[in-house]
Amino acid sequence: MSAKRQKRRQPLPAPGEWTFELIEAYHAEIDRVARNYGLDTYPNQIELITSEQMMDAYSSVGMPVNYHHWSFGKSFLQTEKSYRRGQMGLAYEIVINSNPCIAYLMEENTMTMQALVIAHAAYGHNSFFKGNYLFKQWTNADAIIDYLIFARNYLTECEERYGEEEVELLLDSCHALMNVGVDRYKRPEKLSLNKELTRQRERAEYLQSQVNDLWRTLPTAHVKTQAVEERRFPSEPQENLLYFIEKNAPLLEPWQREVVRIVRKVGQYFFPQRQTQVMNEGWATFWHYTLINTLYDEGLLADNFMLEFLHSHTNVVYQPSYSEPWYHGLNPYALGFAMWQDIRRICENPTDEDRYWFPDIAGSDWRETFDFAMRNFKDESFIAQFLSPKVMRDFRLFAILDDDKEAKLKVSAIHDEEGYRRVREILSDNYNLGSREPNLQVWNVDLRGDRSLTLRHQAYQRRPLSGDADEVLKHVARLWGFAVRMEVAREDGSVEVLQECRQDRRKASDT
Amino acid sequence: MVRIIDRRFDSKNKSAVNRQRFMRRFKNQIREAVADAISGRSIKDLDNGESVTIPSKDLSEPQFHHGRGGIWENIFTGNDQFSSGDQINRPQGGGGGGTGKGKASKDGEGEDDFVFNLSREEFLDVFFDDLALPNLVKTQLARIHEYKSQRAGFTNDGTPANINVVRSLRGALGRRLALSSPYRGQLRELQKQLDELLETRPEDDPEILALKEEIGILRAKIDAIPFIDTFDLRYNNRIKVPKPTTQAVMFCIMDVSGSMDEDKKATAKRFFMLLYLFLTRTYEHIEVVFIRHHTIAKEVNEEDFFHSRESGGTVVSSALEMMKDILHARYLNGAWNVYGAQASDGDNWENDSPHCRELLADTILPFVQYFAYIEITPGEPQNLWREYEKLVGAHANFAMQHIEGLPDIYPVFRELFKKKLA
Repeated sequence: MSAKRQKRRQPLPAPGEWTFELIEAYHAEIDRVARNYGLDTYPNQIELITSEQMMDAYSSVGMPVNYHHWSFGKSFLQTEKSYRRGQMGLAYEIVINSNPCIAYLMEENTMTMQALVIAHAAYGHNSFFKGNYLFKQWTNADAIIDYLIFARNYLTECEERYGEEEVELLLDSCHALMNVGVDRYKRPEKLSLNKELTRQRERAEYLQSQVNDLWRTLPTAHVKTQAVEERRFPSEPQENLLYFIEKNAPLLEPWQREVVRIVRKVGQYFFPQRQTQVMNEGWATFWHYTLINTLYDEGLLADNFMLEFLHSHTNVVYQPSYSEPWYHGLNPYALGFAMWQDIRRICENPTDEDRYWFPDIAGSDWRETFDFAMRNFKDESFIAQFLSPKVMRDFRLFAILDDDKEAKLKVSAIHDEEGYRRVREILSDNYNLGSREPNLQVWNVDLRGDRSLTLRHQAYQRRPLSGDADEVLKHVARLWGFAVRMEVAREDGSVEVLQECRQDRRKASDT
Repeated sequence: MVRIIDRRFDSKNKSAVNRQRFMRRFKNQIREAVADAISGRSIKDLDNGESVTIPSKDLSEPQFHHGRGGIWENIFTGNDQFSSGDQINRPQGGGGGGTGKGKASKDGEGEDDFVFNLSREEFLDVFFDDLALPNLVKTQLARIHEYKSQRAGFTNDGTPANINVVRSLRGALGRRLALSSPYRGQLRELQKQLDELLETRPEDDPEILALKEEIGILRAKIDAIPFIDTFDLRYNNRIKVPKPTTQAVMFCIMDVSGSMDEDKKATAKRFFMLLYLFLTRTYEHIEVVFIRHHTIAKEVNEEDFFHSRESGGTVVSSALEMMKDILHARYLNGAWNVYGAQASDGDNWENDSPHCRELLADTILPFVQYFAYIEITPGEPQNLWREYEKLVGAHANFAMQHIEGLPDIYPVFRELFKKKLA
């Protein structure tokens, strides 16, 4: 929307009701502009669905296929209830990180909303999925749908063979550990596409677990006991609890290991999304805003279209302040959008402040800077690197220190010269998964004794585990088959056993 | 490159399986909710769903999270008053605003119990589950109205298949007659003149020729009236009417003496409900009369029937007398099908039981379709049972059953259903 706006063509019609022809026409224009900006995307697959199907998609965590589990039924009922009562609107769109990239559009949307959603999901999110290093490393867009189909069929087969109840209990336990089922620092292997390969590996794994000398019960007469006692297992603490259980839990059947693996893989698939909310949503919002505005500048969009678009866009990036009753923390759309807009501004019109804070990007080509930032960061590092004093001032950010040993809260930093770095540091840390979620490690297995498993919580800032940790521990014990202990290692170096969950499945099954 | 796919007509109930899983998982809670609902509901109110509440702690899916406590440092927006180093009191309400935002939403909210709605089918399913009904009966009871299509005169529009030929042609004939009658009158007139003229004049007389021409015009006009027109068409009219078109009255008789405790009453209630449900499938209009008794009987409303407490001895005949009186006063004009259901623990005043049998045999059974007696007692049958037993062979419309638990209720109705299914 600038002075250089010129009416080159007739604007596209913008009726309330969308049609397939119009969606195609709008998509073609958006596609053209996106290519001009150099957005690199997976091919798009746009699917029109009803609100009921949208609720279905919600409850199976946004995936087009998924295995069956009561918890999905629960979330469906929850969604349905709040939707029917009008407490909540449904998202306009769901986009799936797959190749081709599937974007769901709701049939209730107006034509304007459909165009917004196409720009947002099919170009914004899509290009992010394709370019960002986390998604590249952790997910395999080509194979995810196939893998989910495989997972569903496999679980259905298990249900037929071992009973729905049995499978459900196993899934419950696995779901409880989904968050601690990811290698945070190691690149995982790609999801297997081919069933045959999976089966092969499964067989190999099974064989390996048979020869795993951990559980060899044959008398080992010639082994020096001294040496064995000193051996630790695992030799180094492990962060991926589900993986550890899949590979080492002594009593799991092969099919149970495969189920653990499936849940682990699905959990891992969502791992990048949890770490790139601000970046990803901000990126998509920036692009729908930029693409649509570019089309408007070309004279392709009618004014009524633009007004509705701006209305929706403004709602999306609304950020209430802390004192308002509907404050629910920072709105990732608002923060992300503001940051990307700001980076462009720093590139195009840097001030002295920007030159001081961002010497390497001030005045650079914004397209190149964008591409670099999108590909190589996650929320934590993105904020640490690019949150500018101007955005902090615009949002009037301030930090509150809440120490449960102090009677009062303390304002530790605000949006001023002394506070910028501190605020940025804290905000970045807030998005750091490592400090947001408890740091748990598989610490030790008592090989020589009762085979009990010890988990260790490395406390950070004296933050305790929540109350339902003992429930989760029961699930760990169910999978492990023997006693499980949780200990906490405090920052002062002390270690204390928090709780213990006894279990002896072997005995239970004998009687 | 883009593919646009219309998925709106794909299968809708993708989540149906997950919903079933959910229901199965929380079967116990749902059962309890249904049991509660039944005790709270009118016996006539079975055709509705029910909202079920499940405590959120039962539903939670635990995960490792941080709990409250320790040191948190968080960023907020919209600073309007603070400077670095300010001290603030903790906000009330557990510090929801002061501690981590993740925590606030996890611990502060979301603790509401989980409420969802059972559909009518699901509700009946659970209700039937307890009662151990055969499947065929279940489907029969769960079916809503049965309609039959019935002729109801004729309409002006409809499908060609329903054209009533006789009616349509009769209409066409009438219309033709009506439209042509003025011309026919004139035609007759002219014909008469022509005949008269023909006797006196030659055939080529100009007057005769003129008359002939006029007659020709009139004939053409008459012929121009269409043989059949769209508004002549009549169609057979069919309407749907609910099949049961009769009415019934149901007498509920319950012993409320001291020995009938809440459990027994709850069992009795299921019994009454089931009978009612059965009757609704057969009769369009049902009245229910509630009679409770200890030593004296009283006609009450449903609320008092199930919930007020009485104590004292038991004289069953008082209730039967009352039923007889009401029956004869209000329902013996031939328009009513009468059903009786009696629930008791069988503990009657010894001398009264033979009298009950006589009352039943002479003044009630001849007038009712069906009378069912259930004795809810854990032990040996009581004296009332022994007296009633004498009636079983002689009266086909009498059934009795000794009940210890809910599954025993159904056999009472077996005869009734058998008749119905045959």
